[in-house]
This record gives sequence, structure tokens and C-alpha cells, in this order.
Amino acid sequence: MGMTVAEKILARASGLAFAQPGDVVEPKVDLAMSHENAALVINQFNEIYQGTELTPRIWDASKVAVIFDHRVPAESPKTATNQKKVREFVAAHALAKFHDIRGDVGGICHQVLPEYGYVRPGMVVVGTDSHTTSHGALGAFAFGIGATEMASVWALGVAVNVEVPATIKINVRGRFSRCVGPKDLILYLIGQLTAQGANFKVLEFQGETIEQMFTSGRLVLCNMSVEAGATAGIVPADEETARYLSEEAGVTDSLDLVQPDPDAGYEREVEINVSALSPQIACPHTVDNVKPVEQVVGRPVHQIVIGSCTNGRLDDLAMAARIVKGRKIASGTRLLVFPASGKVYRQALAKGYVGALMQAGAVVMNSGCGPCLGVHEGALGDGEIALSTTNRNFKGRMGNPNSEIYLCSPAVAAASALTGRITDPRDESL
Amino acid sequence: MATVVYKVADDVSTDAIYPGRFMATVLPEETPQFAFADDQEFNGQLKANKIPSGSYIVGGRNFGCGSSREQAVSCLKGHELVIVARSFARIFLQNSVNLGLKLVTCPEIEANLGDTLKLDAAELVNISTGRRFAIVPLPQSRQAIIDAGGLIAYTRSRLLREAANRSVEWKTIG
Ligand code: SF4
Repeated sequence: MGMTVAEKILARASGLAFAQPGDVVEPKVDLAMSHENAALVINQFNEIYQGTELTPRIWDASKVAVIFDHRVPAESPKTATNQKKVREFVAAHALAKFHDIRGDVGGICHQVLPEYGYVRPGMVVVGTDSHTTSHGALGAFAFGIGATEMASVWALGVAVNVEVPATIKINVRGRFSRCVGPKDLILYLIGQLTAQGANFKVLEFQGETIEQMFTSGRLVLCNMSVEAGATAGIVPADEETARYLSEEAGVTDSLDLVQPDPDAGYEREVEINVSALSPQIACPHTVDNVKPVEQVVGRPVHQIVIGSCTNGRLDDLAMAARIVKGRKIASGTRLLVFPASGKVYRQALAKGYVGALMQAGAVVMNSGCGPCLGVHEGALGDGEIALSTTNRNFKGRMGNPNSEIYLCSPAVAAASALTGRITDPRDESL
Repeated sequence: MATVVYKVADDVSTDAIYPGRFMATVLPEETPQFAFADDQEFNGQLKANKIPSGSYIVGGRNFGCGSSREQAVSCLKGHELVIVARSFARIFLQNSVNLGLKLVTCPEIEANLGDTLKLDAAELVNISTGRRFAIVPLPQSRQAIIDAGGLIAYTRSRLLREAANRSVEWKTIG
């Protein structure tokens, strides 16, 4: 029997000709990413060497990426001190892929890795962040791990005891209608699979809709695959992957576009046709509580957030700017915009999106995770309701357990900012 | 034998176990104070040391879903709690193995607050109701890490072994 993309990548990285679900393998790691939680990884890394006469040594400093994004610029002396400690470690170990708090090369880790061409098809990528699944959009096998496991990767260069997961094939057909896109598709799918429907599995996205989708949209699908519990989401690498890496990330080396075998074995297949899909909304307090927008229109919202590693890219800001241009955000509603990286921010400035959003009343903040995880900026008041293009609506996620979060696409977010209520962006009267 | 001190539903996220606003705190000695911080009552009992170590938290399916934050494991480990759930989310399960937090996967578990549970090799007995529930062992692949006493110790012993092999080779060549 043939292999799925995940099985091929894990087999190669483990020095095997073949791998199948349930096999326990030890893949070599091609890229190991951390953000501020590198502070904890450093502790655990040093702990490994405690009581030995060995000198702490990173297995390959060129393969370790550290990107500050979760609390930038630091919101507290504690965070600032952690960041300082990480900076010192990065310098001492000469880690090559370090992105400090900067307007030129900074940004959210899951935007920076693809943007700088660090992720290639066929790689094994690990990250101390659950949304590391994002990088499957470039045909890599990418999964989230904890800080102690990362410390072990730093020391050994392999991920130990990885069980090859079974793959679920998601076959997507049809054309999105106006103001409907990848975010609506993935919310719909999570609603179907449930929050644990893909636990310990890989989602492999295929079909004509995926083939025609830009990498920015594929990143949305793989980013949120973890919300169905998936170990990884993967889009098999193709011409679009090659185009993205050469045109947008400046990659010139030859690529291995790993495709699944025609006789690959899937645990099951899910068919979706997007032609009749409505904008989708994940309602409080779980990501799988998904409803078509028609069922929640009119719900008043106090804060709207556009940004994050899910939907803070240039095409997301373009969509939002197009909708609000020349109009005003409803009073009683605030719109916060967080471009996913410094590069995205600069491009959005040059194209006039930032100006259009600010003219309408949006506050455009520095790039980073911002309010997505509720530690930094944009906290909600008691009883307030947020509508957000981020990826999690767990109780308390935006810093206040006495608030509610709805998740949506940039089109729904922007249209709703104009009315102060959850609004269908296809509404012609807008 | 120990008591169920806390009971939660399906899909309990790591944001609920360890809210994001405390993530700047990373040291295992410091994280336990923020375990279930948004539930002031339970968090208060934990902080006041009213919960004996070895006590059970009973969860539903997909316990520990969401973020990979390891604080969600170290904060529970700090109180030496045992987590029984119908299923666990992948990263949480792996982090627990790595840090030595005891998990029991028990797909049919039914237990209420205050019940007494007893863990045997292949089953969990609810002494209060007299019912017995099968447990699913952790994947065999995790056993080496558990046997070593956690991932730090496991990785350390591998490094030492590699270093010893290198020095043997060196002597042979030399
Ligand atoms: S934007 Fe949100 S989900 Fe994405 S990496 Fe940052 S905190 Fe995590």
C-alpha cells in the first residue's frame, strides 16, 4: 500500500522506506520553533545537563527559530526579563533564526516562518505552540509540542517516540461565493468533526478548491486543524507552494513537492462542497459550536478583532479595508486590527489598507498576538461580546472569563464593525 | 484510594486549566498557584493546601485541548493531582508523560464529586457506587519515558550514553 504525505515525510525523516499508522518512529527535526516560551525551554534544556559533565549544546543552531510575538512589546517586567534571558541565550548559542521585537523582521511566529522561507515541503517542523500545524500549508509535517519536549529536541535533534498518526482525507470541491472563503470552510469542518474528531490524526486537504487556493488560505486551514484535535494539517505541496516560496519568500533552492501515493490509505474521507457555503460563526465557548451566519445575525458586539496567525495576512486586511473604506465603524463598537507581521503591516500601509481602516475608526496596533490570548492588549469588560478572526473562543481566552467570543472571517468582522452587530457580509445594503 | 475533588465537562481547555494571562510565569514551583485560576473556589482550596495529594480530577472527553502551554501540566503536577478523563488531547497527554503528571484514560468513567476511587492495574473502581471501569493503557511508545522518570531524565541518559559511546570509539581509534 502507498503512503499519505505525513507517512512519507515521517518515514524519510526517520530513515525508513515505509511508515504506517501506529509505527513508532524517531524523525530528525528540520526546524524547531519557539516564541517567548523559549524561556521555559531554556530552563528545561539546562536541567537536562544538570549533574552531567556535558556542556549544554544545541544540536544544530541553524535549525532553531525563536520569534517574539505573544507579548510584544513586553506588557510587564516579568515578560521583559524573560525576553532578555532568551536574547542572551540566542546570542550565546548563535541561534540563526531569531526575530526580535522589530518592525522590519518581526511578527507572529506562524507568519514569520513561511514569510522567510524557513519552512519547505517535506520538512519535519516542531514548535512550542499548538498552531504549529499552520506550516502543513507548505507541505511540511508540522506539529505542536511542549517546552520540555522542545528542550529534548534541542539536545538530540529528533522528536522521540512519535507514533505515526492515521490520516483523514478532506476532499473539497466547488467555488466559494462572494465574501466566503477558507475561514468559513475550516470553521464548517471543525463543526462537523467536533473539537476532538481528529485527535491524534492528520488532516490532508485535497480537491479542486484546495488546488486553486493561495497559500495564505491554506495557512488558515492548517492553522485551525488543531481545533479539531489534529496532530497536523497538510496540503500536499504543488505549483502554488513553489510559487509562494519563490515569489513571496525568496526561496531559490529546488523543492521536493511531496505528494500522496495514489493508493495511500486513509482512515476515512470527508467530502465538502463549498459552493453553497454561508459565512460561518463559531459561537461561545467552543470552536466546534459552529453556525451559519444567518442564525446569529443581529447579535450586538462590543469589540471586533481582525488579526492573528489565522487571519492577519495581507489578503485579510485587504478584504476588511475594502468593506469599511469611506464608511464609519458603529459607535459603541471598537475595531482592533493586528497585522500578522511587520512585513504585512508595511505592505498594508503601502496599499492604503491601514489608512482606510483608521479613517473608518479602527485602531491598528503593532503586529503580534495582541488580544488573541488575552494577556496583553484589548481585554474585554464583564459581559462584553467580541467578534474575532482569531482561532479560539474558549471561556476567558481574551483575558476575561465573564465575556463571550464569536469567531468569524475578516469579511464578517469588517461588515459587523459597520453595524455593531453580527452581520452577513453578503448583505447588499451594506 | 482517594477522593474526587473536582469534576469538569468535555473539552476542558488549557486556557481553563491555566489562563493565558499567567503565562509569563513558567517555573514549576510557581505555576501551581494559578491552577484553574478562573474558578476561585477550587483554586482557593488548592492554594490553601486543602486538597490532599493523590486526589482525583474527573474530566470528560478531550481533556486539555487547545494550547501547548506546559504550565497547564506543571500546575497540576505541583499539587500531585491524578487526572481521570474519558480521553485526553494529544499535546496535553504528551506533556503529562514528559513531566510525570499521572493520567488515567477511562472511556466510560462515571463519578461524582466526593466519590472515592481506587486504581488497579487494569481498572478503576468507584468505591462509592461499586462500579468498575476499564482503563486504556498509555501507548506503549510512551513507556520508555515514564520508566526513565520523565523526558528530562530520559534525554539526559541518552546524551550520556552517546557520550560514552563516543569516548569508546575515540579510545578504539586512538
Ligand atoms: S495569534 Fe493567537 S493563536 Fe496565533 S500564535 Fe499568537 S496567541 Fe497563538
